[in-house]
Amino acid sequence: MAKRHTTPIIGVLAVQGDFAEHIRMLESLGVEGREVRLPADLNGVDGLILPGGESTAMRKLLHRWDLVKPIKALAKRGAPILGTCAGAILLATKIADGDEPVLSLLDIEVRRNAFGRQLESFETSLVMEGFGKEGRSRTIQAVFIRAPEIVNVGPSARAVATLEDGRIVAARQGRILGIAFHPEITGETGVHRWLVAEATAALG
Amino acid sequence: MCENTGMPAPKRAKTSTWATKSGLAQMLKGGVIMDVVTPAEAKIAQEAGAVAVMALERVPSDIRRDGGVARMSDPDMIKGIQAAVSIPVMAKARIGHESEARILEALDVDYIDESEVLTPADDRFHINKHGFKVPFVCGCKDLGEALRRINEGAAMMRTKGEAGTGNIVEAVRHIRTVSEEIAALKGQSEKRLRAAAKEMRVPYELVKLTVKAGRLPVVNFVAGGIATPADAALSMWLGADGVFVGSGIFKAKNPAKTAVAIVQATTHWKNASILAEVSAGLGEAMKGIEMRTIPEGERLSKRGW
Repeated sequence: MAKRHTTPIIGVLAVQGDFAEHIRMLESLGVEGREVRLPADLNGVDGLILPGGESTAMRKLLHRWDLVKPIKALAKRGAPILGTCAGAILLATKIADGDEPVLSLLDIEVRRNAFGRQLESFETSLVMEGFGKEGRSRTIQAVFIRAPEIVNVGPSARAVATLEDGRIVAARQGRILGIAFHPEITGETGVHRWLVAEATAALG
Repeated sequence: MCENTGMPAPKRAKTSTWATKSGLAQMLKGGVIMDVVTPAEAKIAQEAGAVAVMALERVPSDIRRDGGVARMSDPDMIKGIQAAVSIPVMAKARIGHESEARILEALDVDYIDESEVLTPADDRFHINKHGFKVPFVCGCKDLGEALRRINEGAAMMRTKGEAGTGNIVEAVRHIRTVSEEIAALKGQSEKRLRAAAKEMRVPYELVKLTVKAGRLPVVNFVAGGIATPADAALSMWLGADGVFVGSGIFKAKNPAKTAVAIVQATTHWKNASILAEVSAGLGEAMKGIEMRTIPEGERLSKRGW
């Protein structure tokens, strides 16, 4: 077992994608981010980030290296998990185009590439409910890259950010958060602060 | 699969920003981009775990063998590949060929590779990539070439290697050269950096940014000659953000298995026992060409200015 610690260690799935950007975000908050490629890398982590990347590639690597079960077990122990873009697809209980869900930890249905191809990738500002100081809302700059959309939020989860046209782009279920955009490439710290706070709370 | 039926970005959102262009490359990191010439190959690549495919009519080793002028692919062929997979689809335009690039942009490809593998269309200028909504990846063999391309608007780089050879020696030389040239500028005075910028024909600010970061300011993949899982791991070891594999997969004896193995090796490049496991039983890799047998004038990496 990992020795007792007071600041959490956050695992970052590093099979593919922009995991280095997430680790840099954590470091900027004074928190250790640990690359996770194999189940053993999850030992001693108090929270997990599933980064942006190609969800089809990440899905295959998760299965190939038997990471699905241990990640689910980590969630069951109360560790917070953040999924950005492809990471949110991995978390979802349902995928609209018929692909099998991967982790089924967040009660949402996602549609991959919901806005179109790269030319429809975009930046916009949006409001995240509950991610500001003392649980207030927080306006952030969000970058969407061949992004998914959350087309349905099930009864166990709730939407925490929508676009101006009403489409849902972030949803939370307890300590599981899935967002369609990339705070790690704009340097937006609110979401990572939330994750670290939840992980710290879970340490007890 | 992906029918591209998405509802576009909301009205007030900004598209084709630097963050969206360079950001897609960030999402491809730690992954393998595979050359494919048919929808069936594209599906094999996606199934193997490729993060993107490069749609082209002939892989570099065939271009090298056939000779003649190599041009942009037929739009129908690119569309067929876009319809076959949901991962990003890239396509190549000739160096300096703005019109081929406009056509590829109209086809809604996810990235354009302004590539020395095709026959150059302009012997003085590369495409002004800032003028496009679609992002570009370009090749480089040294720091100056990389920064000139970035200055023209490239949102991703790849070191060139020597495409179609199955021989990694040039790829190693090019990524080492870029790294060593950045390292040599570290700690140098402003005067020296300004002189280096002048010599490389790029703005001082870009040199300063690169030296401060200790790496190229955009994602940089290794390309040109990767034929085995070990080659992919070596590329990552030398500091690549990911790998392009051209002829190395579909010229191998067992493309599907080789593709899967190269994907695993790119993820687990630090883990020698996994590399040993995935390298086993792949059958023959592409034959490959020893560099001494390629006359200087026939080296694709010499194209680009």
